[in-house]
Amino acid sequence: MTLAADDLAFGYRGHPVGRGVTLTIAAGEVLALLGPNGGGKTTLLKTMLGLLPPQNGTVSLDGRPLAALTIPERARLVAYVPQSHHGTFAFTAFDLVLMGRTAHGGLFARPGARDRAVASAMLERLGIAHLSDRPVTMISGGERQLVLVARALAQEPRFIVLDEPTASLDFGNQGKVMRQIRQLAADGLGVLFTTHDPNQALGHADRVALLRDGGVMAEGPVGEVLTPERLAALYGAPVETVVEPGGRTAFLPG
Amino acid sequence: MAASVLVLGVVVAFAVGRFPVSLADIAVALWSRATGVPSGLSPAVEAVVFQIRGPRVLAALACGAALAVAGAAFQGLFRNPLVSPDILGASSGAALGAVLAILLSFGIFGIQAAAFAGGLLAVAAVYAVGSTIRSGDPILTLVLTGVVLGSLLGAGVGLVKVLADPYNQLPAMTFWLLGSLSATSPADLVPLIAPVVLGALVLMALRWRMNALSLPEEEARALGLPTGILRVVIIAAATLTTAASVAAAGIIGWVGLVVPHLARFLVGPDFGRLIPASALLGGGYLLLIDTLARTLGPVEVPLGILTAVIGTPFFIWLLASSRGGWS
Repeated sequence: MTLAADDLAFGYRGHPVGRGVTLTIAAGEVLALLGPNGGGKTTLLKTMLGLLPPQNGTVSLDGRPLAALTIPERARLVAYVPQSHHGTFAFTAFDLVLMGRTAHGGLFARPGARDRAVASAMLERLGIAHLSDRPVTMISGGERQLVLVARALAQEPRFIVLDEPTASLDFGNQGKVMRQIRQLAADGLGVLFTTHDPNQALGHADRVALLRDGGVMAEGPVGEVLTPERLAALYGAPVETVVEPGGRTAFLPG
Repeated sequence: MAASVLVLGVVVAFAVGRFPVSLADIAVALWSRATGVPSGLSPAVEAVVFQIRGPRVLAALACGAALAVAGAAFQGLFRNPLVSPDILGASSGAALGAVLAILLSFGIFGIQAAAFAGGLLAVAAVYAVGSTIRSGDPILTLVLTGVVLGSLLGAGVGLVKVLADPYNQLPAMTFWLLGSLSATSPADLVPLIAPVVLGALVLMALRWRMNALSLPEEEARALGLPTGILRVVIIAAATLTTAASVAAAGIIGWVGLVVPHLARFLVGPDFGRLIPASALLGGGYLLLIDTLARTLGPVEVPLGILTAVIGTPFFIWLLASSRGGWS
């Protein structure tokens, strides 16, 4: 299965953000969307999710335009993990994950035994079952991010789209969340995430797309696309490269 | 447990008042009505139970439940725990309808019909204006439109009061605006209870979806909720219950704002339990208030005053002792 953008123009009414974007995410693959702030990453993400209508071109699932799907159909195929969660009410982690089952029941349906079982299983899968009864306002940012990933998984989607999944996390939690993302792809999901850390793309993605001023500068396997020259052009700043004796590469702001 | 407390409250409300009725008499009266066997009670007792106190108890339960359920639904819908059911102008529209009807010397049914229509029209107008403005956050636009149109309607109420006859009409208006169930008759029950039950059933049916609907807009839609349609349906249902309650009892503040918080404190934020809990608590609370209103002194105290005077200290105590971790 593939989630694809074809010659996509995206933005808000009367305020275009980007155009000419063609991307494909296959099942079992992690695509990182890399670029400077204000480059249109989040807007592109929302358009890929079907939350914003394309201004031109299409977003499609296996060739079927997203716009042709109903809202619940779409939610059963593509799930969204927002950058952070600012809910009004202090739902427990379990209740928040259970909301991931929304698209699997009718409008009047009470969550059933299977919905509860899926929610528990996803909390378990991410190693946060012990947080089930805690209000999400009273757990750490990293734990909350994992709860949001568990909620996305409870939708039983084929694709997961994450908006800067590690933006507000400390060093240790960043690693934890990124390892989970890698695991999702290993389990057969297609993953799209945004980041402004090239090392995260390098370490955890299969392919990367560089987004600047609303257009894709380069797209392809991380090893080929991520060169110091390209990164310098992407960010408009010098980039230093550190290569380990073992062959691992890291980029530093120069 | 909540239900048994409520039943106890109903029994007490039936028994106490200017004309005390013993528990046995109430049981006999209800039994005879149910089975058709003559009760042998004096006509005065029967009249108190069926014509005066019975309708009043039912009206208090219905109004309290209506306001609390509408408040809980709106707090979720507008993603704001400070929202009350009149945020979209239901109460101010109903108030304008009622004072206009009093000014035009309508009868009691005319006043209630005008209040009901005024509440529905005001919310429809707010929704129509709010949804034509396509800039930024639709929820915020709707709330701001409600606040602005609400104050315009308030100015209209003020104007009508200035024009009113200060000896007959003005006191009637003031009393109506403070809320009372003292004039409730059996004939009032159907126009009150039918819309309240209809609206409350819709809200009860949608209560599982309200959880996800209370999340930020994009999260709710990404989870598969058709947020636009749901919002219209919930606003319509909550407005129906609110307008019916305001038409029957006048403006009773506080219940729709704070009872959902009490309910959240007891059962947590999950709307699956919050909505039924709000209905029970709201009904019970207004019944308690109304019973106090007619037994405290020689003159009935307006409900709008009592709800606040009794509820506020209780709520402050609750806030202080729970450290607010539930909202």
